[in-house]
Amino acid sequence: MAKITFITSDNKTTVLEGSSGSVMQLAVDNNINGIDGDCGGVCSCATCHVHVHPDHFEKTGMPSDIENDMLELDDHVNAYSRLCCQIEINEALDGLVLTVAK
Amino acid sequence: MTNSSTQICVVIGASHAGVNFAFSLRKEGWEGSIILFDKQTAIPYHRPPLSKTYLTSGDDAKDKNVLKSHESYTKENITLQLGVSVKTIHREAKKITLSDGTLQQYDKLVIATGARPLIPDIKGINNAINIFTLRTIKDSEAIRNAIKKGGIKSALIIGGGYIGLEIAASLKKMDISVTVLERENRILDRVTTQNLSTFFKDLHTNNGVVIDTKKNVISIETHDNVNTVICDDGTRYNSDMIVLGVGIRVNTELAQEAGIAIENGIKVSAASQTSDKAIYAIGDCTYHHNPHYNRFVRLESVQNAIDQAKVAAASICGKMAIYDAIPWFWSDQYDVKLQIVGLFSNYNEVIVRKETGENKKLSIWYFNDKELLAVEAVNNAKAYVLGTKFIKGRKEINKTNLRDVSLTLSPSNLLLP
Repeated sequence: MAKITFITSDNKTTVLEGSSGSVMQLAVDNNINGIDGDCGGVCSCATCHVHVHPDHFEKTGMPSDIENDMLELDDHVNAYSRLCCQIEINEALDGLVLTVAK
Repeated sequence: MTNSSTQICVVIGASHAGVNFAFSLRKEGWEGSIILFDKQTAIPYHRPPLSKTYLTSGDDAKDKNVLKSHESYTKENITLQLGVSVKTIHREAKKITLSDGTLQQYDKLVIATGARPLIPDIKGINNAINIFTLRTIKDSEAIRNAIKKGGIKSALIIGGGYIGLEIAASLKKMDISVTVLERENRILDRVTTQNLSTFFKDLHTNNGVVIDTKKNVISIETHDNVNTVICDDGTRYNSDMIVLGVGIRVNTELAQEAGIAIENGIKVSAASQTSDKAIYAIGDCTYHHNPHYNRFVRLESVQNAIDQAKVAAASICGKMAIYDAIPWFWSDQYDVKLQIVGLFSNYNEVIVRKETGENKKLSIWYFNDKELLAVEAVNNAKAYVLGTKFIKGRKEINKTNLRDVSLTLSPSNLLLP
């Protein structure tokens, strides 16, 4: 089990627990505002953009090349941007804090 | 907004459009009931994986493939009525008749009935064995189960469109020998130009799939568990399995019988409203105006389903909403990701760009004079993302630089000052 905190653009904080699947699926299943996951998690739509808390970036790792390309021109991209459909949930993510990008 | 908590919004069809609509409607502040009907019994699911990972990976993918969990519907107080079809819309009474004969009242009705696979008129098709279409989760499971049972070594795919090619790639992955028959001169004839058709023909050929074009299937003979498919030029193909991917028919009958205006689909306004003010239509079944390209289109895509759903939801909640999206689309085959943005028809110039040293990184840029219309990007998300931005902003492109692959794809290299 990993506890993951989502902070949405209305400053609402939601803590969810997950053990498998992607972070995007966890967020969609719990109706987290701003995480749509329209393409179902194949890195095609960029509707699951999050900013990883800088202290936790090691837990999630770096984005892949295609993910980088999808994010590069996004108006809200920063050094800690990820598409959370590409982050698989595992124990090591416990305590992760994510801010949902606008 | 006249939205009392006693109002009822009924949605016919619970796939990408219907489900996203229901959740968007709640988000927009609808306080009344939301009831989703679908004739299928499975909890609404993502369709694109059905021809890809869902087909190849099996039951493990089931949970991942769900659009929204059961709990999400409960939490948002959305009633999901599965295994129920709608027989009739009574517009004057604002009621629908369900398959069990009961009546359901509505204040707002949303038609998201999508489309169904076209079954071509081929002699002997009804007697063929192991013949499938692919549109629903049941279809995908039926193909997979037939393969699991054993004895299927070869598959013939009739129709070289995206769905047919995705199935070809998936079946190949499952060690089936695959042949694709296309009636036109090239695969993807209806949806793209020669450049991309050639790319995908080579991709499939290199992966061991046989692509035969100009093959018009006229009959199927079935003996001893083997189908023989016969074309009008006399060629014959033996195959254990047949998958039909020759296009769709839009599910407009329900709307048509109710007297709602139909034109190449259910005709809707910019707010996704039909000719009846209380009835909206969204997704694959609609024929709508695209403001950016200033023409009427019917689009079969996830993007269209979701974006139109959002517009209808906002409109029903009394907000000014106009459907003004640049269409986008993707297809995954083997290790190749295709991403498309825009509508290419109307083009008078094409620039094909192959990145140097990078295997299969390709982008095809369609112009009408100065205007960038569409970009098809193969393993090149950057081209897709840039294309999206440029098309939306109606930016003028430096075509000389675009042709020059020694220059990287970036706004500073590609935009005219």
